[in-house]
Amino acid sequence: MKFLCLDCDEQMAFAERREPGDGTFAAAFRCPRCQRAVALLANPMETQLVGSLGVKIGGRELDAPPFELARSTIRGRDDAFVDEEAGAAGPGTGPRPVLMWSAEARERLLRVPGFVRGMVKRIYADYATQRGIGEITPEVMDRARTELGLEGM
Amino acid sequence: MTFRTYRDVVGADGSGIAAQVAGQRARVDRRLATVRRIVAILSGKGGVGKSFITAALARLAAARWPERVGVLDADLRSPTVAGMLGASGPLRVNPSGVVPALGVAGVRVVSTDLLLEDGRPLAWREPSGDAFAWRGALEAGVLREFLGDVAWGELEVLLVDLPPGADGGVDLANLAPDLAALAVTIPSEESRRSVARALRAAADAGIRLLGVIENMSGYRCGECARIGPLFTGGAGAALAEQFGIPLLARVPFEAERAGEAPTVFDPTGAACVLEALG
Repeated sequence: MKFLCLDCDEQMAFAERREPGDGTFAAAFRCPRCQRAVALLANPMETQLVGSLGVKIGGRELDAPPFELARSTIRGRDDAFVDEEAGAAGPGTGPRPVLMWSAEARERLLRVPGFVRGMVKRIYADYATQRGIGEITPEVMDRARTELGLEGM
Repeated sequence: MTFRTYRDVVGADGSGIAAQVAGQRARVDRRLATVRRIVAILSGKGGVGKSFITAALARLAAARWPERVGVLDADLRSPTVAGMLGASGPLRVNPSGVVPALGVAGVRVVSTDLLLEDGRPLAWREPSGDAFAWRGALEAGVLREFLGDVAWGELEVLLVDLPPGADGGVDLANLAPDLAALAVTIPSEESRRSVARALRAAADAGIRLLGVIENMSGYRCGECARIGPLFTGGAGAALAEQFGIPLLARVPFEAERAGEAPTVFDPTGAACVLEALG
């Protein structure tokens, strides 16, 4: 999929993606020459068709966690997975800084279905770690959700 | 109005989709680099005992390669092989991937059976109204994750229990190019016709055909061990001749073994199957 600015005959560049949580997504593209922007607004079916491929329009900031598609789409049982603690050091990565979760953020995380909770927690933790954020709050979760396209998480 | 079209515009897609799909395939390739053989167990027809034979093959292979055998249950909607191998969840997830469950003889198993509530069908979180439009893509994506996101480790063989149908092996071959396959049939003519379609589709997709196993090939009496007739027909031999591949084993039905983790091959059949696996 390419977006062409007809006035400039220039390919537009991806600028921003939004997933408002109602099953749709929006992606903005901007012309690097004239700075004109257009938005692609996808309906739920189009959104789902793209999501079924396990991809994000505009690319990913973080690698897809294991079983991202299975865990975010299958209605599975809550105890299907045991996730290592988010923020744990991976092999050869060295220790990670301690990450705090506010009480409100923990409470919100508990509302995520158990089947997918561990994966969501890790995504938030990776988001915070990469940005040097020491504490995850509901505001940080909202920001991550918007920026990373965590539909329904 | 005149303007350039897709191929006229040089440069990567703004959507980034093509690059991500390429990244997914690379992830599968990296994961499967430690797997020596991938063998799909296929049958165009349901109810021929394909999962039963897969479990039996896994036990046979594990006796030869202890702790270096994996089973991927690609029958997402009707998963049974994990139970036959005594594998249960939960699945551990760590940064290197999803750790497969361990079944009998140390066989490593991944299946939707480990993810679903007992007695619940495979169902998706997405709005159901138009699910027909994307269900196939979701299932293909989950199969890709079963290959690429599972920490299979060093395996001599990964057996893939395919769902019934002619094209399951074709989807898999897209992800695992050096794929081989064994076909399971029962003796009947209906089974022969159905399995022939699946074998033809597999051959057309470039899948190496290793041979045929005829299941329910007679009935073995639990008391006198005599083998009597169960189905009419000779599908196993006919398919072997049609496709120029060996009939590796004929496995009789044994009532007392139904429901158990199977060890069903007689010594001759076992030797043939192991030789076919390479």
